[in-house]
Amino acid sequence: MNELCRLTIHQAHELLKQKEISSVELTKSVLERIAAVESKVQACITITEDVALREAKKADSCIASGDITPLTGIPALIKDVLCTQGIRTTCGSKMLENFVPPYDAAVIEKLKTQRAVLLGKTNMDEFAMGSSTENSAFFPTHNPWSLSRVPGGSSGGSTAAVAADEAIYTLGSDTGGSIRQPAGFCNAVGLKPTYGRVSRFGLVAFASSLDQIGPISKDVTDCALVMNTIAGYDPRDSTSVPYPVPDYTQQLIPGLKGLRIGVPKEYFVKGMQNGVRTTLEMAIKKLEELGAEIDWEASLSSTKYALAVYYILAPSEASANLARYDGVKYGFSEQNASNAIEATEKTRQFGFGPEVKRRIMLGTYALSAGYYDAYYLKAQKVRTLIKQEFDQAFKKYDALVTPTSPTVAFKLGEKIEDPMQMYLSDVCTLPINIAGLPAISIPAGFAGDPSLSLRSRSGQDLPIGMQIIGKPFDEETILHIAFAYEQATDWHERKPLL
Amino acid sequence: MKLSYEQVKHIAWLGRLGLSEAEIEKLSLQLSDILENFEILKQIDTTDVPPATHSIPLQNVLREDEVAKSYSQSEILTNAPRQEESCFRVQTILE
Repeated sequence: MNELCRLTIHQAHELLKQKEISSVELTKSVLERIAAVESKVQACITITEDVALREAKKADSCIASGDITPLTGIPALIKDVLCTQGIRTTCGSKMLENFVPPYDAAVIEKLKTQRAVLLGKTNMDEFAMGSSTENSAFFPTHNPWSLSRVPGGSSGGSTAAVAADEAIYTLGSDTGGSIRQPAGFCNAVGLKPTYGRVSRFGLVAFASSLDQIGPISKDVTDCALVMNTIAGYDPRDSTSVPYPVPDYTQQLIPGLKGLRIGVPKEYFVKGMQNGVRTTLEMAIKKLEELGAEIDWEASLSSTKYALAVYYILAPSEASANLARYDGVKYGFSEQNASNAIEATEKTRQFGFGPEVKRRIMLGTYALSAGYYDAYYLKAQKVRTLIKQEFDQAFKKYDALVTPTSPTVAFKLGEKIEDPMQMYLSDVCTLPINIAGLPAISIPAGFAGDPSLSLRSRSGQDLPIGMQIIGKPFDEETILHIAFAYEQATDWHERKPLL
Repeated sequence: MKLSYEQVKHIAWLGRLGLSEAEIEKLSLQLSDILENFEILKQIDTTDVPPATHSIPLQNVLREDEVAKSYSQSEILTNAPRQEESCFRVQTILE
Protein backbone atom coordinates (compact mmCIF):
# COMPACT_ATOMS: atom_id res chain seq x y z
CA MET A 1 0.00 0.00 0.00
CA ASN A 2 2.80 2.39 0.85
CA GLU A 3 4.33 2.07 -2.59
CA LEU A 4 1.23 3.41 -4.36
CA CYS A 5 2.46 6.97 -3.78
CA ARG A 6 5.43 6.23 -6.06
CA LEU A 7 3.19 5.70 -9.08
CA THR A 8 2.90 8.00 -12.06
CA ILE A 9 -0.47 9.24 -13.36
CA HIS A 10 -0.52 6.77 -16.25
CA GLN A 11 0.48 3.82 -14.04
CA ALA A 12 -2.15 4.71 -11.42
CA HIS A 13 -4.76 5.25 -14.12
CA GLU A 14 -4.27 1.71 -15.45
CA LEU A 15 -4.63 0.21 -11.97
CA LEU A 16 -7.71 2.32 -11.24
CA LYS A 17 -9.28 1.37 -14.57
CA GLN A 18 -8.65 -2.33 -13.90
CA LYS A 19 -10.09 -1.78 -10.42
CA GLU A 20 -6.90 -3.18 -8.89
CA ILE A 21 -6.62 -0.17 -6.62
CA SER A 22 -9.08 2.50 -5.50
CA SER A 23 -8.64 6.25 -5.43
CA VAL A 24 -9.12 6.13 -1.67
CA GLU A 25 -6.22 3.66 -1.30
CA LEU A 26 -4.05 5.76 -3.59
CA THR A 27 -4.94 8.97 -1.75
CA LYS A 28 -4.30 7.37 1.64
CA SER A 29 -0.90 6.19 0.47
CA VAL A 30 0.04 9.71 -0.59
CA LEU A 31 -1.29 11.22 2.65
CA GLU A 32 0.78 8.70 4.62
CA ARG A 33 3.82 9.65 2.59
CA ILE A 34 3.19 13.33 3.34
CA ALA A 35 2.92 12.54 7.05
CA ALA A 36 6.17 10.57 6.89
CA VAL A 37 8.38 13.11 5.09
CA GLU A 38 6.83 16.55 5.46
CA SER A 39 8.80 17.42 8.58
CA LYS A 40 11.97 17.08 6.47
CA VAL A 41 10.79 18.49 3.13
CA GLN A 42 8.24 21.15 4.20
CA ALA A 43 6.65 21.29 0.76
CA CYS A 44 3.10 22.09 1.91
CA ILE A 45 1.41 25.14 3.38
CA THR A 46 -2.08 23.59 3.59
CA ILE A 47 -3.04 19.91 3.55
CA THR A 48 -6.73 19.19 3.00
CA GLU A 49 -6.96 15.57 4.14
CA ASP A 50 -10.75 15.40 4.66
CA VAL A 51 -11.55 17.09 1.36
CA ALA A 52 -9.12 14.81 -0.43
CA LEU A 53 -10.61 11.60 0.99
CA ARG A 54 -14.13 12.82 0.20
CA GLU A 55 -13.13 13.56 -3.38
CA ALA A 56 -11.38 10.20 -3.63
CA LYS A 57 -14.58 8.43 -2.58
CA LYS A 58 -16.57 10.35 -5.20
CA ALA A 59 -13.94 9.48 -7.79
CA ASP A 60 -14.26 5.81 -6.86
CA SER A 61 -18.01 5.82 -7.46
CA CYS A 62 -17.49 7.45 -10.85
CA ILE A 63 -14.88 4.86 -11.73
CA ALA A 64 -17.22 2.07 -10.60
CA SER A 65 -19.79 3.24 -13.14
CA GLY A 66 -17.17 3.36 -15.90
CA ASP A 67 -16.77 7.15 -15.79
CA ILE A 68 -12.98 7.57 -15.79
CA THR A 69 -10.47 9.85 -17.50
CA PRO A 70 -6.66 9.87 -17.06
CA LEU A 71 -6.73 12.29 -14.09
CA THR A 72 -9.75 10.80 -12.31
CA GLY A 73 -9.04 9.86 -8.73
CA ILE A 74 -5.39 10.86 -8.93
CA PRO A 75 -4.14 12.99 -5.99
CA ALA A 76 -2.38 16.27 -6.76
CA LEU A 77 -0.99 19.25 -4.87
CA ILE A 78 -1.44 22.81 -6.13
CA LYS A 79 0.99 25.71 -5.84
CA ASP A 80 -0.47 28.21 -3.39
CA VAL A 81 -0.61 30.92 -6.07
CA LEU A 82 -3.75 29.39 -7.59
CA CYS A 83 -7.19 30.20 -6.18
CA THR A 84 -9.01 27.19 -4.72
CA GLN A 85 -12.55 27.91 -3.61
CA GLY A 86 -13.02 27.62 0.13
CA ILE A 87 -9.39 26.62 0.64
CA ARG A 88 -6.88 29.08 2.01
CA THR A 89 -4.63 30.55 -0.71
CA THR A 90 -1.64 32.41 0.68
CA CYS A 91 0.79 32.95 -2.22
CA GLY A 92 3.48 32.24 0.38
CA SER A 93 2.82 35.66 1.91
CA LYS A 94 1.67 37.11 5.22
CA MET A 95 -0.39 39.45 3.08
CA LEU A 96 -2.74 36.60 2.17
CA GLU A 97 -2.11 34.31 5.14
CA ASN A 98 -5.82 33.91 5.84
CA PHE A 99 -7.29 34.65 2.43
CA VAL A 100 -9.98 32.21 1.30
CA PRO A 101 -10.92 32.63 -2.37
CA PRO A 102 -14.61 32.62 -3.30
CA TYR A 103 -13.85 30.88 -6.58
CA ASP A 104 -11.67 28.26 -8.25
CA ALA A 105 -9.03 29.12 -10.82
CA ALA A 106 -9.90 27.94 -14.34
CA VAL A 107 -7.30 25.14 -14.18
CA ILE A 108 -8.76 23.95 -10.85
CA GLU A 109 -12.24 23.86 -12.41
CA LYS A 110 -10.79 21.75 -15.22
CA LEU A 111 -9.13 19.33 -12.79
CA LYS A 112 -12.37 19.02 -10.83
CA THR A 113 -14.28 18.19 -14.03
CA GLN A 114 -11.93 15.23 -14.36
CA ARG A 115 -12.55 14.34 -10.70
CA ALA A 116 -8.94 14.90 -9.71
CA VAL A 117 -8.24 14.64 -5.96
CA LEU A 118 -6.80 17.84 -4.50
CA LEU A 119 -4.55 17.22 -1.50
CA GLY A 120 -3.64 20.78 -0.58
CA LYS A 121 -1.44 23.78 -1.44
CA THR A 122 2.30 23.96 -1.78
CA ASN A 123 4.93 26.35 -0.55
CA MET A 124 6.43 29.00 -2.79
CA ASP A 125 8.49 32.17 -2.87
CA GLU A 126 6.20 35.00 -1.83
CA PHE A 127 4.00 36.12 -4.75
CA ALA A 128 6.15 33.90 -7.00
CA MET A 129 9.13 36.19 -6.60
CA GLY A 130 12.24 34.13 -6.09
CA SER A 131 14.38 31.23 -7.23
CA SER A 132 14.74 29.18 -4.07
CA THR A 133 11.47 29.19 -2.06
CA GLU A 134 13.47 30.89 0.71
CA ASN A 135 11.29 33.96 0.21
CA SER A 136 8.22 32.17 1.56
CA ALA A 137 6.89 34.13 4.53
CA PHE A 138 6.33 30.86 6.38
CA PHE A 139 9.30 28.50 6.02
CA PRO A 140 11.71 27.32 3.34
CA THR A 141 11.20 24.05 1.51
CA HIS A 142 14.09 21.55 1.51
CA ASN A 143 15.33 19.73 -1.56
CA PRO A 144 14.54 16.01 -1.07
CA TRP A 145 17.87 15.17 -2.77
CA SER A 146 19.80 17.09 -0.13
CA LEU A 147 17.88 18.61 2.75
CA SER A 148 20.43 21.38 3.32
CA ARG A 149 19.81 22.65 -0.21
CA VAL A 150 17.06 24.62 -1.87
CA PRO A 151 14.51 22.96 -4.15
CA GLY A 152 14.64 26.01 -6.42
CA GLY A 153 11.78 28.44 -6.87
CA SER A 154 9.32 29.86 -6.95
CA SER A 155 7.45 26.53 -7.34
CA GLY A 156 9.80 24.84 -4.86
CA GLY A 157 7.06 23.22 -2.81
CA SER A 158 5.39 21.70 -5.87
CA THR A 159 8.61 20.27 -7.29
CA ALA A 160 9.91 18.95 -3.96
CA ALA A 161 6.52 17.29 -3.42
CA VAL A 162 6.70 15.45 -6.75
CA ALA A 163 10.31 14.41 -6.11
CA ALA A 164 9.36 13.09 -2.67
CA ASP A 165 6.19 11.32 -3.92
CA GLU A 166 4.03 13.59 -1.75
CA ALA A 167 1.71 13.92 -4.77
CA ILE A 168 1.36 12.04 -8.05
CA TYR A 169 1.72 15.39 -9.83
CA THR A 170 1.45 19.08 -9.03
CA LEU A 171 0.69 22.37 -10.71
CA GLY A 172 3.12 25.27 -10.63
CA SER A 173 3.48 28.68 -12.22
CA ASP A 174 6.36 30.12 -14.23
CA THR A 175 7.15 33.79 -14.84
CA GLY A 176 10.94 33.68 -15.27
CA GLY A 177 11.67 29.98 -14.73
CA SER A 178 9.65 29.14 -11.64
CA ILE A 179 8.52 25.73 -12.91
CA ARG A 180 11.59 24.75 -14.90
CA GLN A 181 14.43 25.75 -12.57
CA PRO A 182 13.07 23.88 -9.52
CA ALA A 183 12.13 20.91 -11.74
CA GLY A 184 15.78 20.81 -12.79
CA PHE A 185 16.96 21.00 -9.17
CA CYS A 186 14.59 18.21 -8.04
CA ASN A 187 14.74 15.69 -10.91
CA ALA A 188 11.17 16.37 -12.00
CA VAL A 189 9.58 17.17 -15.35
CA GLY A 190 8.31 20.76 -15.50
CA LEU A 191 6.66 22.45 -18.47
CA LYS A 192 5.95 26.11 -19.06
CA PRO A 193 3.35 26.31 -21.86
CA THR A 194 3.30 28.98 -24.58
CA TYR A 195 1.96 32.24 -23.20
CA GLY A 196 -1.79 32.16 -23.76
CA ARG A 197 -2.07 28.35 -23.88
CA VAL A 198 -3.38 27.95 -20.33
CA SER A 199 -5.92 30.32 -18.76
CA ARG A 200 -4.59 32.60 -16.04
CA PHE A 201 -8.06 33.14 -14.56
CA GLY A 202 -7.61 32.53 -10.84
CA LEU A 203 -3.81 32.69 -10.97
CA VAL A 204 -2.76 35.40 -8.55
CA ALA A 205 -0.97 37.78 -10.90
CA PHE A 206 2.72 38.59 -10.61
CA ALA A 207 3.72 39.75 -14.12
CA SER A 208 0.75 39.57 -16.46
CA SER A 209 2.68 39.38 -19.75
CA LEU A 210 4.98 36.62 -18.47
CA ASP A 211 3.01 34.36 -16.06
CA GLN A 212 1.92 30.87 -17.12
CA ILE A 213 0.60 27.83 -15.22
CA GLY A 214 2.09 24.42 -15.98
CA PRO A 215 2.39 20.80 -14.82
CA ILE A 216 5.17 19.36 -12.67
CA SER A 217 5.28 15.59 -12.95
CA LYS A 218 7.36 12.43 -12.56
CA ASP A 219 7.63 11.77 -16.29
CA VAL A 220 6.86 13.22 -19.71
CA THR A 221 3.73 11.14 -20.32
CA ASP A 222 2.19 12.51 -17.14
CA CYS A 223 3.09 16.03 -18.26
CA ALA A 224 1.24 15.51 -21.54
CA LEU A 225 -1.81 14.10 -19.71
CA VAL A 226 -2.06 17.13 -17.43
CA MET A 227 -1.57 19.50 -20.38
CA ASN A 228 -4.50 17.84 -22.16
CA THR A 229 -6.69 18.91 -19.25
CA ILE A 230 -5.40 22.36 -18.33
CA ALA A 231 -4.76 23.85 -21.77
CA GLY A 232 -7.48 25.63 -23.68
CA TYR A 233 -9.34 28.83 -24.37
CA ASP A 234 -11.08 30.65 -21.53
CA PRO A 235 -13.09 33.81 -22.26
CA ARG A 236 -12.41 35.03 -18.71
CA ASP A 237 -8.69 35.45 -19.56
CA SER A 238 -8.34 38.02 -22.31
CA THR A 239 -4.84 36.71 -23.11
CA SER A 240 -6.12 33.18 -23.60
CA VAL A 241 -5.83 32.07 -27.23
CA PRO A 242 -8.73 30.37 -29.03
CA TYR A 243 -6.57 27.64 -30.60
CA PRO A 244 -7.70 24.00 -30.34
CA VAL A 245 -5.86 21.77 -27.89
CA PRO A 246 -4.23 18.74 -29.52
CA ASP A 247 -3.89 15.40 -27.73
CA TYR A 248 -0.39 15.94 -26.40
CA THR A 249 0.14 12.20 -25.89
CA GLN A 250 0.01 11.59 -29.65
CA GLN A 251 3.55 12.87 -30.19
CA LEU A 252 5.10 10.78 -27.42
CA ILE A 253 7.10 8.61 -29.80
CA PRO A 254 10.69 7.43 -29.69
CA GLY A 255 13.30 8.42 -32.27
CA LEU A 256 14.23 11.94 -33.33
CA LYS A 257 15.07 11.41 -37.00
CA GLY A 258 14.52 14.51 -39.08
CA LEU A 259 14.47 16.92 -36.15
CA ARG A 260 16.87 19.87 -36.23
CA ILE A 261 18.01 21.03 -32.79
CA GLY A 262 20.01 24.17 -32.10
CA VAL A 263 22.24 24.55 -29.03
CA PRO A 264 22.67 28.29 -28.42
CA LYS A 265 26.18 28.70 -27.06
CA GLU A 266 25.28 31.79 -25.04
CA TYR A 267 23.43 29.55 -22.56
CA PHE A 268 26.64 27.80 -21.53
CA VAL A 269 27.49 30.78 -19.33
CA LYS A 270 30.80 31.57 -17.67
CA GLY A 271 29.63 30.78 -14.13
CA MET A 272 28.36 27.35 -15.15
CA GLN A 273 29.41 24.37 -13.02
CA ASN A 274 31.58 21.80 -14.83
CA GLY A 275 29.30 18.95 -13.84
CA VAL A 276 26.36 20.72 -15.47
CA ARG A 277 28.30 21.43 -18.64
CA THR A 278 29.52 17.85 -19.13
CA THR A 279 26.11 16.40 -18.26
CA LEU A 280 24.38 18.59 -20.83
CA GLU A 281 26.95 17.74 -23.48
CA MET A 282 26.32 14.04 -22.86
CA ALA A 283 22.57 14.55 -22.95
CA ILE A 284 22.72 16.41 -26.26
CA LYS A 285 24.95 13.69 -27.71
CA LYS A 286 22.21 11.25 -26.71
CA LEU A 287 19.70 13.34 -28.72
CA GLU A 288 22.09 13.02 -31.66
CA GLU A 289 22.23 9.23 -31.18
CA LEU A 290 18.43 9.22 -31.29
CA GLY A 291 18.58 10.76 -34.76
CA ALA A 292 18.38 14.51 -34.23
CA GLU A 293 20.58 16.84 -36.23
CA ILE A 294 22.44 19.02 -33.71
CA ASP A 295 23.90 22.44 -34.43
CA TRP A 296 26.35 23.04 -31.56
CA GLU A 297 27.15 26.50 -32.88
CA ALA A 298 23.69 28.06 -32.74
CA SER A 299 23.75 31.59 -31.44
CA LEU A 300 21.25 33.97 -29.84
CA SER A 301 23.27 37.13 -29.31
CA SER A 302 20.45 38.95 -27.51
CA THR A 303 20.62 36.44 -24.62
CA LYS A 304 22.88 38.72 -22.58
CA TYR A 305 20.17 41.40 -22.41
CA ALA A 306 17.48 39.05 -21.11
CA LEU A 307 18.31 39.42 -17.42
CA ALA A 308 18.03 43.22 -17.53
CA VAL A 309 14.88 43.08 -19.67
CA TYR A 310 13.22 40.64 -17.28
CA TYR A 311 14.21 42.51 -14.11
CA ILE A 312 12.72 45.69 -15.52
CA LEU A 313 9.52 44.24 -17.02
CA ALA A 314 8.57 41.75 -14.30
CA PRO A 315 8.93 44.10 -11.32
CA SER A 316 7.15 46.86 -13.28
CA GLU A 317 4.18 44.62 -13.92
CA ALA A 318 4.37 43.34 -10.35
CA SER A 319 4.26 46.87 -8.95
CA ALA A 320 0.95 47.33 -10.77
CA ASN A 321 -0.45 43.90 -9.88
CA LEU A 322 0.44 44.17 -6.21
CA ALA A 323 -1.05 47.65 -5.81
CA ARG A 324 -4.31 45.93 -4.89
CA TYR A 325 -2.92 44.74 -1.54
CA ASP A 326 -3.95 47.71 0.54
CA GLY A 327 -5.70 46.06 3.49
CA VAL A 328 -9.17 47.19 2.40
CA LYS A 329 -11.04 44.29 0.80
CA TYR A 330 -8.99 41.26 1.81
CA GLY A 331 -5.71 40.18 3.27
CA PHE A 332 -3.49 41.51 6.00
CA SER A 333 -4.65 44.87 7.25
CA GLU A 334 -2.74 47.10 9.63
CA GLN A 335 -5.36 48.82 11.75
CA ASN A 336 -3.08 50.99 13.86
CA ALA A 337 -3.02 54.09 11.62
CA SER A 338 -4.51 57.56 11.74
CA ASN A 339 -5.70 57.69 8.14
CA ALA A 340 -6.32 55.47 5.14
CA ILE A 341 -3.03 56.19 3.39
CA GLU A 342 -0.99 55.45 6.49
CA ALA A 343 -2.98 52.24 6.94
CA THR A 344 -2.14 51.24 3.37
CA GLU A 345 1.55 52.05 3.81
CA LYS A 346 1.78 50.08 7.04
CA THR A 347 -0.24 47.17 5.64
CA ARG A 348 2.25 46.90 2.81
CA GLN A 349 5.24 47.43 5.07
CA PHE A 350 4.31 44.58 7.39
CA GLY A 351 2.45 42.33 4.95
CA PHE A 352 5.17 42.05 2.30
CA GLY A 353 8.58 40.43 2.64
CA PRO A 354 11.91 41.98 1.53
CA GLU A 355 12.06 40.52 -1.99
CA VAL A 356 8.54 41.67 -2.80
CA LYS A 357 9.32 45.15 -1.52
CA ARG A 358 12.51 45.22 -3.56
CA ARG A 359 10.64 44.36 -6.75
CA ILE A 360 7.80 46.79 -6.10
CA MET A 361 10.42 49.51 -5.62
CA LEU A 362 12.30 48.54 -8.80
CA GLY A 363 9.11 48.42 -10.81
CA THR A 364 7.74 51.68 -9.45
CA TYR A 365 11.02 53.39 -10.27
CA ALA A 366 11.17 51.95 -13.79
CA LEU A 367 7.64 53.18 -14.52
CA SER A 368 7.91 56.56 -12.87
CA ALA A 369 7.97 59.88 -14.72
CA GLY A 370 11.43 60.63 -16.02
CA TYR A 371 12.55 57.02 -15.97
CA TYR A 372 9.84 55.25 -17.99
CA ASP A 373 11.60 55.80 -21.34
CA ALA A 374 15.04 54.78 -20.16
CA TYR A 375 13.89 51.64 -18.40
CA TYR A 376 10.44 50.24 -19.15
CA LEU A 377 10.08 51.41 -22.75
CA LYS A 378 13.67 50.42 -23.53
CA ALA A 379 13.12 46.97 -22.05
CA GLN A 380 9.97 46.52 -24.14
CA LYS A 381 11.92 47.36 -27.29
CA VAL A 382 14.71 44.93 -26.45
CA ARG A 383 11.96 42.39 -25.77
CA THR A 384 10.89 42.75 -29.43
CA LEU A 385 14.48 42.06 -30.52
CA ILE A 386 14.74 38.99 -28.30
CA LYS A 387 11.50 37.63 -29.75
CA GLN A 388 12.61 38.35 -33.29
CA GLU A 389 15.87 36.51 -32.72
CA PHE A 390 14.01 33.42 -31.49
CA ASP A 391 11.67 33.65 -34.52
CA GLN A 392 14.71 33.68 -36.79
CA ALA A 393 16.22 30.70 -34.98
CA PHE A 394 13.02 28.70 -35.36
CA LYS A 395 13.27 29.06 -39.13
CA LYS A 396 16.39 26.89 -38.92
CA TYR A 397 15.57 24.64 -35.96
CA ASP A 398 12.57 22.69 -34.66
CA ALA A 399 13.71 23.16 -31.08
CA LEU A 400 16.52 24.62 -28.99
CA VAL A 401 18.24 22.80 -26.15
CA THR A 402 20.03 24.40 -23.21
CA PRO A 403 20.83 23.66 -19.58
CA THR A 404 17.91 24.55 -17.30
CA SER A 405 20.24 26.27 -14.83
CA PRO A 406 23.99 26.99 -14.74
CA THR A 407 24.33 25.16 -11.42
CA VAL A 408 22.87 22.36 -9.35
CA ALA A 409 20.73 23.17 -6.31
CA PHE A 410 22.61 25.57 -4.04
CA LYS A 411 22.65 25.53 -0.25
CA LEU A 412 19.92 27.19 1.81
CA GLY A 413 21.14 30.64 2.79
CA GLU A 414 23.86 30.70 0.13
CA LYS A 415 22.38 33.38 -2.15
CA ILE A 416 19.68 35.00 -0.06
CA GLU A 417 21.77 38.03 0.95
CA ASP A 418 22.77 38.91 -2.62
CA PRO A 419 19.75 39.58 -4.86
CA MET A 420 21.82 39.72 -8.07
CA GLN A 421 23.35 36.29 -7.36
CA MET A 422 19.89 34.86 -6.89
CA TYR A 423 18.64 36.48 -10.11
CA LEU A 424 21.54 34.95 -12.06
CA SER A 425 20.31 31.42 -11.35
CA ASP A 426 17.52 32.08 -13.86
CA VAL A 427 19.63 33.22 -16.83
CA CYS A 428 18.75 30.14 -18.86
CA THR A 429 15.01 30.33 -18.25
CA LEU A 430 14.18 34.06 -18.36
CA PRO A 431 14.53 34.63 -22.13
CA ILE A 432 11.83 32.04 -22.79
CA ASN A 433 9.20 33.93 -20.79
CA ILE A 434 10.20 37.18 -22.48
CA ALA A 435 9.50 35.58 -25.85
CA GLY A 436 6.38 33.73 -24.67
CA LEU A 437 7.67 30.34 -25.89
CA PRO A 438 6.95 26.87 -24.52
CA ALA A 439 9.78 25.09 -22.70
CA ILE A 440 10.21 21.92 -20.66
CA SER A 441 12.87 20.85 -18.17
CA ILE A 442 13.55 17.13 -17.90
CA PRO A 443 15.99 15.06 -15.82
CA ALA A 444 19.29 14.81 -17.69
CA GLY A 445 21.69 13.42 -15.14
CA PHE A 446 23.34 14.00 -11.79
CA ALA A 447 26.47 15.73 -10.53
CA GLY A 448 28.38 15.06 -7.38
CA ASP A 449 27.87 17.54 -4.58
CA PRO A 450 30.38 20.28 -5.50
CA SER A 451 31.14 21.06 -1.88
CA LEU A 452 32.42 17.54 -1.20
CA SER A 453 35.95 16.64 -2.15
CA LEU A 454 36.36 14.22 -5.00
CA ARG A 455 37.54 11.58 -2.53
CA SER A 456 34.69 11.57 -0.04
CA ARG A 457 31.53 11.58 -2.19
CA SER A 458 29.15 10.26 0.39
CA GLY A 459 26.15 12.52 -0.16
CA GLN A 460 23.59 11.97 -2.85
CA ASP A 461 24.31 13.32 -6.26
CA LEU A 462 22.31 16.36 -7.29
CA PRO A 463 19.93 16.48 -10.26
CA ILE A 464 20.61 18.39 -13.46
CA GLY A 465 17.89 19.48 -15.86
CA MET A 466 17.94 19.88 -19.63
CA GLN A 467 15.68 22.54 -21.10
CA ILE A 468 13.98 22.04 -24.47
CA ILE A 469 12.49 25.19 -26.03
CA GLY A 470 9.88 25.11 -28.77
CA LYS A 471 8.09 27.30 -31.26
CA PRO A 472 4.95 29.07 -30.08
CA PHE A 473 2.15 26.55 -29.52
CA ASP A 474 4.43 23.67 -30.46
CA GLU A 475 4.41 21.89 -27.10
CA GLU A 476 4.05 18.69 -29.13
CA THR A 477 7.59 18.85 -30.52
CA ILE A 478 9.24 19.55 -27.18
CA LEU A 479 7.21 16.76 -25.54
CA HIS A 480 8.28 14.43 -28.36
CA ILE A 481 11.97 15.24 -27.87
CA ALA A 482 11.60 14.99 -24.09
CA PHE A 483 9.84 11.63 -24.34
CA ALA A 484 12.37 10.14 -26.74
CA TYR A 485 15.24 11.19 -24.45
CA GLU A 486 13.45 9.95 -21.35
CA GLN A 487 12.77 6.53 -22.85
CA ALA A 488 16.46 6.18 -23.70
CA THR A 489 17.60 7.04 -20.15
CA ASP A 490 16.51 6.28 -16.61
CA TRP A 491 17.31 9.47 -14.66
CA HIS A 492 13.58 10.02 -14.10
CA GLU A 493 13.27 6.70 -12.30
CA ARG A 494 15.75 7.61 -9.56
CA LYS A 495 14.25 8.56 -6.22
CA PRO A 496 15.81 10.55 -3.36
CA LEU A 497 16.61 8.73 -0.11
CA LEU A 498 14.41 10.34 2.52
CA MET B 1 23.35 55.04 -10.73
CA LYS B 2 23.23 55.39 -6.96
CA LEU B 3 19.82 56.15 -5.55
CA SER B 4 19.64 58.83 -2.88
CA TYR B 5 17.70 58.62 0.37
CA GLU B 6 15.19 61.12 -1.03
CA GLN B 7 14.73 59.16 -4.24
CA VAL B 8 14.07 55.95 -2.33
CA LYS B 9 11.52 57.72 -0.13
CA HIS B 10 9.83 59.16 -3.20
CA ILE B 11 9.57 55.77 -4.91
CA ALA B 12 8.21 54.26 -1.70
CA TRP B 13 5.59 57.01 -1.59
CA LEU B 14 4.55 56.31 -5.21
CA GLY B 15 4.12 52.66 -4.29
CA ARG B 16 2.39 53.48 -0.98
CA LEU B 17 4.99 51.24 0.64
CA GLY B 18 5.95 52.02 4.23
CA LEU B 19 9.66 51.47 4.91
CA SER B 20 11.75 51.64 8.06
CA GLU B 21 14.95 53.71 8.10
CA ALA B 22 16.99 50.52 7.95
CA GLU B 23 14.99 49.30 4.95
CA ILE B 24 15.49 52.61 3.11
CA GLU B 25 19.23 52.36 3.71
CA LYS B 26 19.45 48.74 2.55
CA LEU B 27 17.24 49.29 -0.48
CA SER B 28 19.23 52.33 -1.54
CA LEU B 29 22.30 50.09 -1.84
CA GLN B 30 20.60 47.02 -3.28
CA LEU B 31 18.53 48.90 -5.85
CA SER B 32 21.57 50.87 -7.00
CA ASP B 33 23.44 47.61 -7.43
CA ILE B 34 20.59 46.06 -9.44
CA LEU B 35 20.09 49.18 -11.59
CA GLU B 36 23.75 49.09 -12.56
CA ASN B 37 23.10 45.78 -14.26
CA PHE B 38 20.55 47.48 -16.49
CA GLU B 39 23.20 49.74 -18.02
CA ILE B 40 23.92 46.94 -20.51
CA LEU B 41 20.71 47.85 -22.35
CA LYS B 42 22.29 51.13 -23.44
CA GLN B 43 24.61 49.07 -25.68
CA ILE B 44 21.80 47.91 -27.92
CA ASP B 45 20.34 50.12 -30.62
CA THR B 46 16.56 50.18 -30.48
CA THR B 47 15.77 53.08 -32.81
CA ASP B 48 12.71 52.18 -34.87
CA VAL B 49 12.08 49.04 -32.84
CA PRO B 50 8.45 48.88 -31.65
CA PRO B 51 7.86 47.95 -28.01
CA ALA B 52 6.58 44.39 -27.55
CA THR B 53 3.48 44.71 -25.49
CA HIS B 54 2.44 41.12 -26.14
CA SER B 55 3.95 37.86 -27.28
CA ILE B 56 0.73 36.57 -28.86
CA PRO B 57 -1.13 37.83 -31.95
CA LEU B 58 -4.30 38.95 -30.18
CA GLN B 59 -5.75 42.44 -30.43
CA ASN B 60 -8.72 44.19 -28.89
CA VAL B 61 -10.15 41.15 -27.16
CA LEU B 62 -13.69 42.23 -26.26
CA ARG B 63 -16.85 40.68 -24.91
CA GLU B 64 -20.52 41.60 -24.94
CA ASP B 65 -21.61 43.80 -22.07
CA GLU B 66 -24.14 41.34 -20.69
CA VAL B 67 -25.52 40.95 -17.19
CA ALA B 68 -24.38 37.62 -15.77
CA LYS B 69 -24.16 35.77 -12.47
CA SER B 70 -21.85 37.36 -9.94
CA TYR B 71 -21.03 36.86 -6.28
CA SER B 72 -23.25 37.62 -3.32
CA GLN B 73 -22.39 40.45 -0.95
CA SER B 74 -21.60 37.97 1.81
CA GLU B 75 -19.17 36.02 -0.41
CA ILE B 76 -17.32 39.20 -1.25
CA LEU B 77 -17.23 40.34 2.36
CA THR B 78 -15.87 36.99 3.61
CA ASN B 79 -12.29 38.21 3.58
CA ALA B 80 -13.01 41.78 4.65
CA PRO B 81 -10.61 42.91 7.38
CA ARG B 82 -13.32 45.21 8.73
CA GLN B 83 -16.89 45.55 7.60
CA GLU B 84 -19.86 47.63 8.61
CA GLU B 85 -23.36 47.70 7.13
CA SER B 86 -22.31 45.52 4.18
CA CYS B 87 -19.45 47.88 3.35
CA PHE B 88 -15.69 47.62 3.73
CA ARG B 89 -14.69 49.75 6.67
CA VAL B 90 -11.55 51.87 6.27
CA GLN B 91 -9.71 54.63 8.15
CA THR B 92 -10.35 58.30 7.44
CA ILE B 93 -9.73 59.29 3.84
CA LEU B 94 -10.69 62.94 4.00
CA GLU B 95 -10.31 65.17 7.01
